Amino acid sequence: MSQTTTPNTAAGGVADFLDTRLGASKAVRGLSRKLFPDHWSFMLGEIALYSFIVLLLSGTFLTLFFVPSMGMTTYEGAYAPLNNVPMSEAYASTLRLSFDIRGGLLMRQVHHWAALLFIASMTVHMFRVFFTGAFRKPRELNWMIGSVLALLGLGAGFSGYSLPDDLLSGNGLRIIDGVIKSIPVVGTYLSFFLFDGEFPGESIIPRLYIVHVLLIPGLILALVGAHLGLVFWQKHTQYPGPGRTNQNVVGFPLLPVYAAKAGGFFFVVFGIMALFGSFVSINSVWNYGPYDPSPISAGTQPDWYILFIDGALRLMPGWEWTVAGFTISFNILIPGLILPGLMTGILIAWPFLESWASGDRREHHVLDRPRNVPVRTAAGVAAIVFYTVLALAATNDLLATHLGLSINDITWTLRFTAILGPPIAFWITKRICLGLQRHDRELALHGRETGRIVRTADGEYFEVHEPLNEYDRWLLVQHDARRPIELPPDVDENGVARPGARKDRIRQKLSRWFYEDRIEPLTPSELAASHAEHEHALEAGEGEERPVVTTGR
Amino acid sequence: MKGLAARRRRPLATVVLLLMALVVTGAAYAVAAPTFANASTTAAGDVQRGRDLFVASCASCHGAQATGTRAAPSLVGVGAAAVDFQVSTGRMPLANTAPQAPRKPTEFTQQDVADLSAYVASLGPGPAIPEDQYLNLKTDDESLAKGAELFRVNCAMCHNVVGAGGALTRGKYAPPLEGVTPKQMYEAMVTGPQSMPVFNDANLSPTDKQDVISYLKYLEEQPSPGGFSLGSLGPVSEALFAWAFGIVVLIGAAVWLTAKSS
Ligand code: HEC
Ligand code: HEC
Ligand code: HEM
Repeated sequence: MSQTTTPNTAAGGVADFLDTRLGASKAVRGLSRKLFPDHWSFMLGEIALYSFIVLLLSGTFLTLFFVPSMGMTTYEGAYAPLNNVPMSEAYASTLRLSFDIRGGLLMRQVHHWAALLFIASMTVHMFRVFFTGAFRKPRELNWMIGSVLALLGLGAGFSGYSLPDDLLSGNGLRIIDGVIKSIPVVGTYLSFFLFDGEFPGESIIPRLYIVHVLLIPGLILALVGAHLGLVFWQKHTQYPGPGRTNQNVVGFPLLPVYAAKAGGFFFVVFGIMALFGSFVSINSVWNYGPYDPSPISAGTQPDWYILFIDGALRLMPGWEWTVAGFTISFNILIPGLILPGLMTGILIAWPFLESWASGDRREHHVLDRPRNVPVRTAAGVAAIVFYTVLALAATNDLLATHLGLSINDITWTLRFTAILGPPIAFWITKRICLGLQRHDRELALHGRETGRIVRTADGEYFEVHEPLNEYDRWLLVQHDARRPIELPPDVDENGVARPGARKDRIRQKLSRWFYEDRIEPLTPSELAASHAEHEHALEAGEGEERPVVTTGR
Repeated sequence: MKGLAARRRRPLATVVLLLMALVVTGAAYAVAAPTFANASTTAAGDVQRGRDLFVASCASCHGAQATGTRAAPSLVGVGAAAVDFQVSTGRMPLANTAPQAPRKPTEFTQQDVADLSAYVASLGPGPAIPEDQYLNLKTDDESLAKGAELFRVNCAMCHNVVGAGGALTRGKYAPPLEGVTPKQMYEAMVTGPQSMPVFNDANLSPTDKQDVISYLKYLEEQPSPGGFSLGSLGPVSEALFAWAFGIVVLIGAAVWLTAKSS
């Protein structure tokens, strides 16, 4: 809108006002030209974002009625088996929310389902980013922000799970207390600091409440802002395809197509969570009764995203050392702290680990097909297998009763699976990736099998292969070769040790591990040669050759 | 073009179909799941007939005098309640060797069970069949609250807070308590079958036991307040549901939305 024409509608007037003062139209035009690639896997992060919005909305409703206090009271309300029972304010208000406040149970259930789906969708989103290599330069920072968001999600979920102060949440906190106390020397001090005295104390619920409704949501909000800001700034990555390069983005403009789709999608996500909240029961706190340190229920488990820690605790043999009169509980320290710490460390550091191994310092905006990076893909699958086995271990009692097995056998089987499963999964995945690459190469060279058998004049048979069109072939040949880095020798010609040679040796090993076994991508000259050969083959009916395969060993 | 569009829609259709199929199967199971007849009326037992039945069905393991063999313990002094519980829940006669005798439909009539119980009771004093007055279900809030608390403190560690069952070591398990008659519940508490401890009247008075039974039956009869209860197994079944339904449906929606309209 230019400054000389006068708008004659109210909306136009407001727009003009903003435009002349803020230059809004330029911003809107820029925004609306922003392009978004159209692929379902780019919507996974959106699911997480929308679930978070659902969490904010439903959580705000809960704060209106939830009383974050461990002061004693008695519940008086509609749920008969807990009527007039002494309990904490927190538990009583959760029961009131469930039975005596209109819409309260629905909101609780929507909130909790949204929490599970929030973290699950973050996880799936992370898988997408990982397996397509979207974390490579220049997006390492956003990968790190994402990892922190995932951790904050766990923190939000766990602090929320602890708020109702029922038997289940109290048991969860008791485990956390145990894990903290297993830290040598400072453990007990930390635990007393956290609980303001001996567990359970009277302060943990109000403290967790602030963490849950203010600290973590605030941090998540800020980091989500940074995360999306970076996506905007750095632009989306895109899947490889004809016409898609490191210099462009192919997709729909933000307005109107993408905005309409995204807006619609928000309502779909909201709707699904509302349906779940309406029809499927979650965290039926009234079953568990008020927290009391003495009882514990069979089948006590955390929400899904914490299962892996519980599982690690269940699998760990009971190692305990006594050093100079102090007990060091490796049986809790390792699965409860060291292992999750290590897993988080590898998660955050992965982009740097990979670029260190590849020596690749270029920017990447076109995604990898997972098969073209076999070791990364295989490592990802191995990690998922490890995580899943640990999570399964947390359900060992339910597996035992529902499959009619002995819990002892299950525990032993899972101990071995946790150690042997990931390497096996790694090996199988890597083989599959290499096989797929080989297949791609063959396809690009010789085209699709048509099933049409031709007999030549000499009586020879061969199958006619239909060459791919250029678009399809592009996808198969676009990727770069990846080879292990070659580092200069450890000593120079004068026999003087090169500084950093030791570190380089590790780097060389890592790089070999990543890139030694590989299928060389087709070069243009190979392709051209194959074309010629193909024509020739059609005429002469020659058989095909196996493609060149480079392997390390 | 139409054909193409139809093919793109298909993944979502599959998801929806799958969902519907699962819901229908679940509902059908809930309707068709076995229910147990309430057999709390006691008939007077005939010791002589009981002995004959015992010799025919039980003596091979428990011995002709019920004094036990290498295969099975002595039944002298276990009382009528133990026999009534074991036989009416189908645990005895033991069918095959498993870590634990499973509950199964019994082959004996109520009269048979009463006779067998009377015979074993005649061998030595032991817990008797519970009196009917303790088997009436109470519905007042106070009794339910008491029963719930007693159940959480004494039983939930094995049977789960809502009696959904739980695992013990080496293939043994505390069974789910749905469909168990009040009489069998009472008998289980006084006789402590297998790995279950005995809750005698000093531990849990008869009225306490009645409260526990009333609470368990209350849980069984009340509809789940929050909707589908997913087996009342807690966070694990919720986790499964979130992934198997939630994430699948959400991704299905994403695939559907991004499928290009043609
Ligand atoms: C195949 C062998 C076998 C047969 C047949 C059998 N029992 Fe048993 N019974 C056992 C074993 C073994 C135990 C102990 C372990 C257990 O409780 O499962 C037992 C335990 C019992 C107990 C519980 C004892 C206690 O200490 O509480 C009772 C009561 C009992 N049996 C009654 C019977 C009656 C009545 C019959 C006949 C209808 C019968 N059994 C038939 C093997 C058998
Ligand atoms: C140490 C674990 C343990 C505790 C505690 C325990 N039970 Fe059991 N319960 C069992 C086991 C194991 C069985 C199965 C016994 C069998 O199959 O012979 C059982 C069986 C039962 C049965 C019979 C179920 C059926 O399928 O016929 C009832 C009823 C029962 N328990 C009620 C209770 C009640 C009520 C309490 C608390 C007062 C309680 N139990 C405490 C382990 C336990
Ligand atoms: C950041 C993402 C969040 C996650 C993963 C999350 C998760 C949870 C979980 C699992 C519970 C247990 C609820 C139950 O079963 O009853 C819970 C409770 C609660 N949450 Fe959240 N939450 C989040 C954000 C919020 C926000 C933003 C608010 C408020 C503004 C909030 C307010 C509450 C309150 C008041 C409760 C206790 C009420 C109750 O237990 O019924 N939450 N949360």
